[in-house]
Amino acid sequence: MSEAKKYSAPVTNAETAPFWEAAKQGKFMIKRCTACGEAHYFPRSICPFCYSDKTVWEQSSGEGTIYTYSLMRKSPTGPYAIGYVTLKEGPSLQTNFVDCDLTTLKIGQKVKVVFKPTDGAPLPFFTPV
Amino acid sequence: MTIKGKAYIAGIFEHPTRHAPDKSTAQLHAEVAKGAIEDAGLSKDDVDGYFCAGDAPGGAWPMVDYLGLNTQKLRHVDSTETGGCSYIIHLGHAAEAIAAGKCSIALITLAGKPRTGVMPPRAAGAEADFELAYGATTHNAYGMCAMRHMHDYGTTSVQLAWIKVAASHHAQYNPHAMLKDVVTVEDVLNSPMISDPLHRMDCCVVSDGGGALIVTTPEIAKSLKKPQVRLIGHGEAMKGPRGGKDLDLTYSAGVWSGPRAFDEAGITPKDIKYASIYDSFTITVLMQLEDLGFCKKGEGGKFVADGNLISGVGKLPFNTDGGGLCSNHPVNRGGMTKIIEAVRQLRGEAHPKVQVPNCDLAIAHGTGGLLGVRHAASTAILERV
Repeated sequence: MSEAKKYSAPVTNAETAPFWEAAKQGKFMIKRCTACGEAHYFPRSICPFCYSDKTVWEQSSGEGTIYTYSLMRKSPTGPYAIGYVTLKEGPSLQTNFVDCDLTTLKIGQKVKVVFKPTDGAPLPFFTPV
Repeated sequence: MTIKGKAYIAGIFEHPTRHAPDKSTAQLHAEVAKGAIEDAGLSKDDVDGYFCAGDAPGGAWPMVDYLGLNTQKLRHVDSTETGGCSYIIHLGHAAEAIAAGKCSIALITLAGKPRTGVMPPRAAGAEADFELAYGATTHNAYGMCAMRHMHDYGTTSVQLAWIKVAASHHAQYNPHAMLKDVVTVEDVLNSPMISDPLHRMDCCVVSDGGGALIVTTPEIAKSLKKPQVRLIGHGEAMKGPRGGKDLDLTYSAGVWSGPRAFDEAGITPKDIKYASIYDSFTITVLMQLEDLGFCKKGEGGKFVADGNLISGVGKLPFNTDGGGLCSNHPVNRGGMTKIIEAVRQLRGEAHPKVQVPNCDLAIAHGTGGLLGVRHAASTAILERV
């Protein structure tokens, strides 16, 4: 089901283009602030915690755990599971869980990033380890 | 500086329609404006402040023109857009403007046709590329909150179901309610799963319609015929994932808007006789009751169980019109009808079967946006004078 689903290409902009360029190489990037040391997602130029502009790109392990999820039973493109993953590096992010039995997802379950193609840069999703 | 006691709700109107294929959205705005102005005993040309949100076609200036407001007199406009709680925020902003002398008779309108018209798309934020593909909707965004609340606090589907049961007990007396049948906990649990763990009956209705308010000065309110209801406390707040740090979907921005409103009013949740709580989903109510301090965080499930929200039965009568879960949810925005039913209760105009005896203090609280993603909250404390 999820393989067949078509996703729109990210629009991208000057601030986020490096994320999408890295995604094309299969790398999942986050931003870290060199002033306060905090990582954040989605990536911003100005640190949302300390407002420093000294933020740098960092490759994430792409590993994390499910913080929460909800299985949307019906949609025009079929059922899908939306949720939040808390990355090993700290930040939590919204995603869909794919390539698995959607009815067996559990909070706390270990997951890893997988990219799905679009007509532009690929999009990050997560799948159980 | 405070707005406590400086603004009165002198006019209310809730559109009786839930299905309006024969009307335009602007027309519904005009009909609710007319209704609220007449309820107050005022005329359109008295209005000198206008408040509307994203549901108003084209925004404030086309609406002011369409409504035929007196532009020589109109001197304050506010189009703050925070989804379903916009109108509770407008109420506070109207009180601020009135207290500052910027207007004296404010009109707030909400109307729209999600059942029979086209809903305008929500403008994308900076997060669009990083979130839109994942298909967050109201159902699954609130589902994610409920799932984590159950995980952290042991909240159950049975407890959530009690919220719908209470709403249905009230809706049976509302001739305009979309769903008038009293339902049981079993009915809710047996309704189809929509987005885990929320069943169909955990979700509000989708309805056309609208509502409007007139907010005015103490002096003008006292010169009018309706029972006097004033705003004594108000709060607003916003919450989002904020870079993904310390994500916690088990509480809402109500933890900030609530105390702000109660502090300004100088009262506590124990003093409240009636509560209008935005019920987009059952979990919305449960989390808001905790966040507002009606019970401790994590104890909302116990608090709402066994009919505690049913008027005449439990300790905290809520949404006595049947709320969004049973009566209506105009334009997918519940804030306006929450204020209106609270004013009815304070005026003594609620249905006799659900009227709270000697109702002198009420709360109207709502959220807007997606509780599981980004949202606003606003709290109003209202008093019968």
